[in-house]
Amino acid sequence: MAEITLIEAVTQALAWEMANDERVLVLGEDVGVNGGVFRATVGLQQQFGAERVIDTPLAEGLIAGMTVGLAAQGLRPVAEIQFMGFIYSVLDQMLSHASRLRNRTRGRLSCPMVLRAPFGGGIHAPEHHSESTEALFAHIPGLRVVIPSSPGRAYGLLLAAMRDPDPVIFLEPKRIYRLVKEEVPDNGEALPLDVCYTLREGSDVTLVSWGAMIKETLEAADILGEKGISAEVIDVATIKPLDAVSILESVARTGRCVIVHEAARSGGVGAEIAALLAGEGLLHLMAPVQRVTGYDTVMPLFRLENHYMPSVQQIVEAAQKTLEFE
Amino acid sequence: MKSVAQFTINYWQYLNADGQAVAELPAFTQNPERIISLYRAMSLTRLFDQKAIALQRTGQLGTYASPLGQEAIGVAIGSAMRPEDVLIPAYRDHAAQFLRGVRMTDILLYWGGDERGMDHVEAREDFPISVPVASQCCHAVGVAYAMKLRRQSRVAVSCIGDGGTSKGDFYESLNAAGVWQLPLIFVINNNHWAISVPRSGQSATQTLAQKAIAAGIYGEQVDGNDVIAMTARMEAAIERAQQGEASVIEALSYRMSDHTTADDASRYRSQEELDKYAARDPISRLNSWLSEAGFWSEQQELALQEELAEQVDQAVKAYLATEPQPAQSMFDDLYETLPNAYQNQRDELIAAQAPADGGADHG
Repeated sequence: MAEITLIEAVTQALAWEMANDERVLVLGEDVGVNGGVFRATVGLQQQFGAERVIDTPLAEGLIAGMTVGLAAQGLRPVAEIQFMGFIYSVLDQMLSHASRLRNRTRGRLSCPMVLRAPFGGGIHAPEHHSESTEALFAHIPGLRVVIPSSPGRAYGLLLAAMRDPDPVIFLEPKRIYRLVKEEVPDNGEALPLDVCYTLREGSDVTLVSWGAMIKETLEAADILGEKGISAEVIDVATIKPLDAVSILESVARTGRCVIVHEAARSGGVGAEIAALLAGEGLLHLMAPVQRVTGYDTVMPLFRLENHYMPSVQQIVEAAQKTLEFE
Repeated sequence: MKSVAQFTINYWQYLNADGQAVAELPAFTQNPERIISLYRAMSLTRLFDQKAIALQRTGQLGTYASPLGQEAIGVAIGSAMRPEDVLIPAYRDHAAQFLRGVRMTDILLYWGGDERGMDHVEAREDFPISVPVASQCCHAVGVAYAMKLRRQSRVAVSCIGDGGTSKGDFYESLNAAGVWQLPLIFVINNNHWAISVPRSGQSATQTLAQKAIAAGIYGEQVDGNDVIAMTARMEAAIERAQQGEASVIEALSYRMSDHTTADDASRYRSQEELDKYAARDPISRLNSWLSEAGFWSEQQELALQEELAEQVDQAVKAYLATEPQPAQSMFDDLYETLPNAYQNQRDELIAAQAPADGGADHG
């Protein structure tokens, strides 16, 4: 079996589901003939036709809104927003309609849709192409927000998102689109949503992260290991709803937690996890929870972006700080 | 230099403000029963509206948006649409919703703060009303795309006000309807006011219908207070839609009410203007035509008013007798299955409602 990248796993999942469920449609800007600007939908229009792989006009609000209409008609649309920087006109449709259609009609209509978007920095992209604003969506009741961090999880979680009966925001860490390759059997097997994935077991400190920062977090765990510190690494994967049980269970064992995310520090998912630990895990904590995050600044243009991005070294130091706390 | 594009916007009217025919009437007017059914539906909407405002004024209904003076638009939409079509309404369209089978009790429940008003028994594929202005137009694009994809001969109808036509969602939706040749009709209720901003403050275009031209779809203007014209043009638009041509119908009307019961329109518009438009009322106009044609008498009118009042009273009784939903219903239907992460919040809410130990509630 050939090894594939994260973005190839996205394509593989879309193709599998389109072949096996005729209700699945793909729509977005440049997703058809061009196969998407990152090539996530490459080959799909040739295989499934222009009616099911739809090049839309350049209008993100329309894409999200029509996706609500398609889903309410019983189809399973998967919309692509080309970059997360262009997703903000979509917020109205997600917040005002997609997330609440089932609830406000008491189940008469529903919105089984997936909204995919590449996000995050570190690829020297132009302005508006590097932000990590996943917390905006994690705050909206009625949504799921899923972020894969490996080819295997991209495949399994995207299949799960497409089969989920409710709207899912599927955010793809584009910095690691092509960074890692692994074997991903094309067997149509979905992974569970709403749960964290423990990538490495450890006993001294729990490192909690998601998306592209999983790369740095795993590297930090390696370095900590060399120093004799056993770090557990949790990929949150579904940031909404948050799997509190897994995080609390891990921290109950390790007594220490470092939260790593690329997004700005305040008011986000990391803060939610810290609040969770303060509220329900306090008696297990042997040190204050540490956060290694982006700054509360505008995402800088690329000459300075490496100064913004959390580093392996920062994660290592934060973990050591929890161990040195008395 | 040469001209590379020209356009014309037609204006349709069959009955003038006095109820006199100004053009050869469409064929369906040969059937007086059909016309009387339109008259009944407009009259019912108005009686309902009066009752809803009375309920709001007496604290028995929340903020409510009245369709007073615009009943012909909704009635024509509801009358022309076929059961298999899908309505994607704005918030002043209950005349159309009633004809789609939505009960008056449902509309009262909605404005009375109860989500079950959107879980109507009929018209199960119709969208609930949209409060965020123009966002519903995008849903209609998706609905119409699904119909076309499945080779169905159904059509989608989306409603919007004159203010909504200033929004990007409206333009984006018209544009997509043109690109994909969708079975889709946008009906603009141009009632001249978007809360306090007049039509002239929304757009410098001569008509709102011509916004269709920029999207490459059909657009026309209709006297929205002439239910015969509105019905005829809706039927024509449904025909066109089935051939893959989307339409914009700009229905010229006037908002005789405040924007909602929370608004006071006397702050921004004159009594003279209201008087001018009161003389163009859709219901009295059709009454004049029916009476003149010998299809309607004062006795029939009295009997109708009595019958409709009874219907409205029954709906109000059913609304007022509806028990509130259990508080935890706010969690039910949030997702198909409530994620474990939120189960404890639901439990918390249930516990918060339980009477305290020791019977403190009885004190």
